[in-house]
Amino acid sequence: MSVLEFIIEVAGTYVATIAFGILLNIPRRALNMGGWIGVLGYLVYRFTVLWGGGYVIGNLLGAVLIGVASLQAARWKKMPMILFNIPALVPLVPGGQAYEMIKNFALGQNNLALSFLLQVVMISGAIAFGFLLSELVNRLRQRVWRHHRHI
Amino acid sequence: MPSSKERDQLILHTALTAGRIMIENGSEIERVEDTMTRIATNAGAQTSQLFVMITGILMAINGEVGAQIQPVKRRTFDLEKIAVVNDLSRKFAEQAITLQEFADRLDHLDAVSKYFPFWVQLLAAALVSGPLEVVFRHNLPDFWITCLVGMLGWLVYYALSKYIRIRFLSEFAASAVIGVLAVLSHHLGLGNNVDDIIIGSVMPLVPGVPITNSVRDILAGNLVSGPARGIEALVSAAAIGFGIAMVLQFL
Repeated sequence: MSVLEFIIEVAGTYVATIAFGILLNIPRRALNMGGWIGVLGYLVYRFTVLWGGGYVIGNLLGAVLIGVASLQAARWKKMPMILFNIPALVPLVPGGQAYEMIKNFALGQNNLALSFLLQVVMISGAIAFGFLLSELVNRLRQRVWRHHRHI
Repeated sequence: MPSSKERDQLILHTALTAGRIMIENGSEIERVEDTMTRIATNAGAQTSQLFVMITGILMAINGEVGAQIQPVKRRTFDLEKIAVVNDLSRKFAEQAITLQEFADRLDHLDAVSKYFPFWVQLLAAALVSGPLEVVFRHNLPDFWITCLVGMLGWLVYYALSKYIRIRFLSEFAASAVIGVLAVLSHHLGLGNNVDDIIIGSVMPLVPGVPITNSVRDILAGNLVSGPARGIEALVSAAAIGFGIAMVLQFL
């Protein structure tokens, strides 16, 4: 992966995340932050895959980071968390695999289609589990935070 | 000074309206429960009982009025309204607005929807499609045609959603149009790879809100609303898939 390709990927992720936010009518002052969180999540995913971590772990870690960063952004901007994590999730969606699955089912190549189906299920599961883990991190941090404030 | 009965009535009305607006526009259930409880507490109700579902809300507060039901009939994605309700609730907690003002602004919010201008939404649909095609498939030459096809597909989705009001059908039709346009553009020599164009172009239709909310609802223990949303996302995905599959089968 050359540097130029990398820059194009990051810029593409940022633009696409913001544009998806516009389609959901997310308030203007939350858009930019959502874009950066999307880039952050995608970078974690990308580097995990580059360093041999595999797609599933990459999506898992990306989703964890998106969840944690979104709560931070929500606190900072005093806005609901879903304004940040919904658009940021979009670059992680397994669009390519889902498409290959549909295509192979339509063309009658069921074995190939099933293997892509398995990938889609694994990746979606990893993203869902990543959100679960981020919720865990967030709740733990909230605990500690509240504890500190009381002292 | 209004009588306590009128005040209780107003508390219920405000909390129920706030809850309905939030669910209608795609909020998680936990946030709705949290906001409604806060409104009741900040308005001076000692206790409040809530039953929030994706299709309706039931709420009671201690006092002279009985429990009230608020059905939720529509479902759209307008996250701005959730943010506005959140802001109003915060202002009410800080006592910057009164309960009456809160109720009035909610009723007003219900009547108007402040979307981005139409051309901005079209541009946004194009800018979801093209960049994601490049990110996923590293196919730079097809960037422009993917933008165009994605924009037209979203336009079909938008126009049909206005008139049929069954989201799954609009998604099905939009993805079928995307498939046809992608194949057509390949035949006309405008695009190199049909697969890449389709993958990028369906991205604006991805059901991001139901997916995220489904996970969050299930985690929060809302075992009725969470799976219901999951089914919503699954049916959306299936509708998009069938649209594409149909085109690939016939062309």
